Amino acid sequence: MAKKTYIKAITDALDIVLDEDPKTLIFGEDVGKNGGVFRTTQGLQDKYGEDRVFDTPLAESGILGLATGLGVTGWRPIPEIQFMGFSFEAIDQIAGQEARMRFRFDGKQHSPVTIRTPYGGGTHTAEMHADNLENFFTGVPGLRVVMPSNPYDAKGLLISSVESNDPVLFMENLKLYRSMKDDIPEGKYTVPLDQANVVQEGTDLTIVAYGAEVNEAKKVADKLKDKASIEVIDLRTVSPIDTDTIFKSIEKTHKVVIVQEAQKMAGVGAQVASAIAEDAILSLDAPIGRVAAPNSVYPFAQGEDYWIPGADEIEEKVNEILNY
Amino acid sequence: MAQSSVVDFDAIKKNLADLPKPIQILDENSKVVDKEAFDSFSDDDLVEFMKKMVWERALHEQTMNFSRQGRMGFYAPTEGEEASEMGTVLAMKKQDYLLPAYRDVPQLIQHGATVTEAYLWSRGHVVGNKYEARAMMPQIIIGAAYDEAAGVAMGLKKNGEEAIAFTYTGDGGTSQGDSYEGMNFAGAFQVPALFIVQNNGFAISTPRNKQTAAPSLAQKAVAAGIPSVQVDGMDILACYKVAKAARDYIIAGNGPVMIETLTYRYGAHSSAGDDPSRYRTEEDTKPWHEKDPLIRLRKVLEDKGLWSDEQEDSLVDEYKATFKDAIKEADAVPVDKVSDMLKRTFEIPTPEMRKEIEKFEAKESN
Ligand SMILES: Cc1ncc(C[n+]2csc(CCOP(=O)(O)OP(=O)(O)O)c2C)c(N)n1
Repeated sequence: MAKKTYIKAITDALDIVLDEDPKTLIFGEDVGKNGGVFRTTQGLQDKYGEDRVFDTPLAESGILGLATGLGVTGWRPIPEIQFMGFSFEAIDQIAGQEARMRFRFDGKQHSPVTIRTPYGGGTHTAEMHADNLENFFTGVPGLRVVMPSNPYDAKGLLISSVESNDPVLFMENLKLYRSMKDDIPEGKYTVPLDQANVVQEGTDLTIVAYGAEVNEAKKVADKLKDKASIEVIDLRTVSPIDTDTIFKSIEKTHKVVIVQEAQKMAGVGAQVASAIAEDAILSLDAPIGRVAAPNSVYPFAQGEDYWIPGADEIEEKVNEILNY
Repeated sequence: MAQSSVVDFDAIKKNLADLPKPIQILDENSKVVDKEAFDSFSDDDLVEFMKKMVWERALHEQTMNFSRQGRMGFYAPTEGEEASEMGTVLAMKKQDYLLPAYRDVPQLIQHGATVTEAYLWSRGHVVGNKYEARAMMPQIIIGAAYDEAAGVAMGLKKNGEEAIAFTYTGDGGTSQGDSYEGMNFAGAFQVPALFIVQNNGFAISTPRNKQTAAPSLAQKAVAAGIPSVQVDGMDILACYKVAKAARDYIIAGNGPVMIETLTYRYGAHSSAGDDPSRYRTEEDTKPWHEKDPLIRLRKVLEDKGLWSDEQEDSLVDEYKATFKDAIKEADAVPVDKVSDMLKRTFEIPTPEMRKEIEKFEAKESN
């Protein structure tokens, strides 16, 4: 065990998959010599050579097209999109091409790509660098979307993502990169895809969250612990959603608050609410509570401070649902 | 006119339009214009080229026939483009990886897919994509194949294979950003990729001159540092020779090449109701029919006593019989199941999909 930041945990995972599987390749803008603009791939080119870890020209569709093509010729690509806002440039290659490869060929050809990309608010970036864009991708059949909330999961989920023969969009939370440290095991371990995690057990209300909001939810559960016993579920994989874990929890707590950093109109929370409404509504004795960002365009840097929903908004909603 | 003493943009612009003549071996009157190149082909070679073009035209005719009978799905007519399509694909090897567009079904078949599979693809059946050919399925998203060709080429190179990636798009396709990105990536990494632009004059209804101010489409490769050339796309000998030279050059480790073939689509854009009379006249089309690739080579073969009408007629009958067999075979393939569609979306189905699969399997077994 060693204390490691979220970003170091990711570097660790990349080091392990490069070492274990000679077919893995890391590429993208500035990932080589520079080690990525956040240093996520720091040292990997020196260790594994330019054939395995390399810089590309500056074009996201080109990067993802390269990945699709490498995948069908036997390689295991791990392309990086420097910031998730730039994924719009590559949306055809992700949703129109990679995600459909296995389907098109009935498995005769497939492309096992893991796309890594940082997202998430709170660090006052330039425009289009922080938006939570998972909703654009959770509606894509054939693609998994993974959003770890902590260093331990980041490492284990990234290894699972790379090992998966299905394409994965692996979203790395920008704010957590250096702000969060955990004791994490040295060497290889995996965290399963498609499975949510009960990060805190409780009996009175369930908070379903993912990404950085998991930590906000935990703060609230902690703050209210003398008043109510709150269960916190971290989705970890946001497409598909592990509804079984959610249903089991609300069968016990009968109350749920769904939290996301993205705008309310954007999908994941709505998907969770709809799954509950369809298959588990009778478990509830109060309306479904939702906490999400306002439906405006993602704010410029200053606005982030009061636009992004945090522990206060969650606490307010939790109290409302508890007192229903 | 705005004049400047430091730079003469007018001269620079004029320079761009100073293009080399497209490569040609047989001219429109079937006259040999490059004797050395022509003499490198044996009589058998010439007959073989002719047969391939007759095959492609017969495929087109028979398939359009099936289409009129309502027996096809989406299919893109290829009449007029036989020299460009057959000439380039015949210069490739089976180990090469093809990334076709929707109009490149004849090349896909030449590369190893069966006609039955091509018909199943057209109808929208997954079995049509499970061919032995080393190839992607015909790309519908214009430009995407160019990006992927760079990746395939890099993969082949990393594998140490003696093979190239070759891909097609149309004149309209060169306007896509992805076309440039793909070529630029291939150039930056010096990977074995051949980019072929079949300039058939139109992107649906939009003429070539509305796509770009670039005097040639071949020039679009220049910015990516890729050598490129225009070739007479109605001259199969030239198309073959240039594609073969490109492949040799690429295999020798010199990086990618781009070829623009100057050709023409005689028919509609697709089988789905396009009416070319809305955007071009018979006068526009006539000169291209005079350049017809089959007429051009047929004359040479007839002069040499290597070809006759009877021979061609019986070949056409023979080919069409195989297409009729193919469509019967396609008819016999059972429809796809929803449970199988779900299963092939992921290698490991998601928990929700597992439930959906069960549900559909129960329905389907009734
Ligand atoms: C990305 C994308 N945009 C638009 C279309 C619709 N579309 C299909 S074919 C076509 C024209 C293509 O022309 P060109 O590239 O010249 O090829 P051709 O059809 O002439 O072979 C268009 C606009 C598409 N398939 N993909």
